[in-house]
Amino acid sequence: MTAAISVRGLSKHYFLRHDSDWVSPTLRDVLSRQLRRAARSLAGRPAQTPSAPSEEFWALRDVSFDLAHGARLGVIGRNGAGKSTLLKLLSRITEPTEGGFELNGRAASLLDVGTGFHPELSGRENVFLNGAILGMSRQQIARRFDEIVAFAGVERFVDTPLKHYSSGMYVRLAFSVAAHLEPDILILDEVFAVGDADFQSKCVGKMNDLGREGRTLVFVSHNLGAVEQLCTEALLLDGGRVAAHSRDVAGVVHTYLSRAGAAAVEWRNAGAEFAVDWFTPLRFALADADGATLRRTARRDEPVFVEIEAEIADYDPQLRVGYAVYAETGELLYWSEHTDGAAHEWPRLSAGRNLLRAELPRALLNEGSYRISLLAGLDEGDWAVHPGAGGPSVTLDVHGGFGDSPRWTGRRPGLIAPLARWTRAAAAAC
Amino acid sequence: MIQPGALLRVEAGRFAGGYWQELWQHRELAWFLARRDLLVRYKDTALGVAWALIRPLLTMLILVVVFHHFGGFSGQGAAYPVLVFAALLPWQLFSSAISEVGNSLLQNSHVITRVYFPRLVLPLAAMAVALVDFAVTLALLALLMLWYGHAPGSAIFALPAFMALAACTALAAGIWASALQVRYRDVRLILPFVVQFGLYLSPVGFSSAIVPDTWRLLYSLNPMVGVIDGFRWCLLGQPPYWPAAGLSVIVTAVLLATGVRYFRTVERTVADLV
Repeated sequence: MTAAISVRGLSKHYFLRHDSDWVSPTLRDVLSRQLRRAARSLAGRPAQTPSAPSEEFWALRDVSFDLAHGARLGVIGRNGAGKSTLLKLLSRITEPTEGGFELNGRAASLLDVGTGFHPELSGRENVFLNGAILGMSRQQIARRFDEIVAFAGVERFVDTPLKHYSSGMYVRLAFSVAAHLEPDILILDEVFAVGDADFQSKCVGKMNDLGREGRTLVFVSHNLGAVEQLCTEALLLDGGRVAAHSRDVAGVVHTYLSRAGAAAVEWRNAGAEFAVDWFTPLRFALADADGATLRRTARRDEPVFVEIEAEIADYDPQLRVGYAVYAETGELLYWSEHTDGAAHEWPRLSAGRNLLRAELPRALLNEGSYRISLLAGLDEGDWAVHPGAGGPSVTLDVHGGFGDSPRWTGRRPGLIAPLARWTRAAAAAC
Repeated sequence: MIQPGALLRVEAGRFAGGYWQELWQHRELAWFLARRDLLVRYKDTALGVAWALIRPLLTMLILVVVFHHFGGFSGQGAAYPVLVFAALLPWQLFSSAISEVGNSLLQNSHVITRVYFPRLVLPLAAMAVALVDFAVTLALLALLMLWYGHAPGSAIFALPAFMALAACTALAAGIWASALQVRYRDVRLILPFVVQFGLYLSPVGFSSAIVPDTWRLLYSLNPMVGVIDGFRWCLLGQPPYWPAAGLSVIVTAVLLATGVRYFRTVERTVADLV
């Protein structure tokens, strides 16, 4: 039996030019380059290619694998490991630089929910438009229209403009169109990390159905639980290369988690980066309860510390030091500063070497990967290190440790998943 | 479920086969995209579809005042408003193709980076929208001719051929514009000038008969000259300068062929560029 997907030596590389217009050179650049070249050849000198300051970047390097019909492949890896590039290549959105692949069967890809949705159009119009974009014929959509709308639970609103939909309805409708595609091969980015728990389980069910119908699935996700639940094999990408590929999904997930900590968990100042008189960061790291650098995935319920070591030449009383936490998708979750508590509780900083330690709130972060970034500045607005501006940052991977509830065992929707207390209050007599 | 022959092979540096067949399979997508743009375009505007009528009428009015009343140009036997409007018809198709077909790739960047389909679908869908405007303007012209009591002669039967030529010229320009805009963002700033100058460089506000004979062939390198002359011949019976019409066909064919070729090379990296 031939493979549904056969990938051979697939590579994609991008040029990163260090000036701002690497994406689209201006006409002037091109014209002046051509003119210079022409002038040079008129002068009888050999044409030399001007060396633009550019950097080669292999987003994907020499990736090969086969996938049998009906297999469900989960692709996992850190951000920037090449997962999205692989999906984009397989769905033909962009072309490979080297190598190639074969798809044996009709393929559809779903890298986004509601591609092409237009807020001014009604739900009905959007279903047809989105369906057509995803490659369905009008007949196919018409035949399944009622099913699509019912699955999304928006029967009453099919003729309402999409802009009046709640975000939940929007996402459900979008996913529903996609779920009713009937391709042999479905290429899927983690789209169903959306919607409420109820809808999510509906989606997982739908995915399982696809598998049972013998459809081949390629699925990229950060949701390791979903990968374990859905997939029959897993592929781990690291730095654009295949690090592991096996039918032992749990094994690959384990490999990923044990490597995950090897990424930036500790930043050390290589020279005099970010140095100002009143603050020079020396080390920025995550530590566990024993004070050892955290080189592994953390549980939600264990203590994790942010450690900031800094040299202060000239102490400024306005100094504030802290960290910012970003979700994997880039949203800022919160800032914390050493002067957040009552004034008498502030850790005292002084000239010389200082080590600050802050415990991350427990049972707050969701399962997933977070970026923690150093910040240091003065109250009047001067920054030594502005978070998110390429300053020192480390990665925290959170997995498991949902607490004592037997019913809360996996990732929740949302950027954070705080554990809140519930009580039953006496019903008011009325 | 697995259809024999549904094998797709993608390799670096090679065009995947079956492009035109794939384009044909996506004709419904072009239709839906065109429909979306039409439905959305005049939503929430006070005058709605009336804009499709107001724009050409106002342009005609200005050109008539400037060229006929101030400049004293002659209508060559036709009422001047009709002479201008017969030329505005293809010119508007051309100018809206440059702006809308030209924008089609950038405007749909969110779709381009998420889903694959032959990208030519996008300019074609935008072209369909421009053709709808064309149909509206055509109806308006019919009313105008009725008003001035202009009955077209038998040359009217050649109109579909010149409409096709106009559509091809507009599409060729639009495809070039769309692909160039993705590569070089400057083009976005240049295009409005092209349209503005083109209105005066093409015989829209005047008859091309006023161009001296020695310059006429050179003038006809602008493919819109042959198109506009053709429209005036079909609608008003003014004989065209035939070498110009021939040249228009050749220039348009070359522009279209090279445009599609260039588009296809840009298309391969478009998702990385938009």
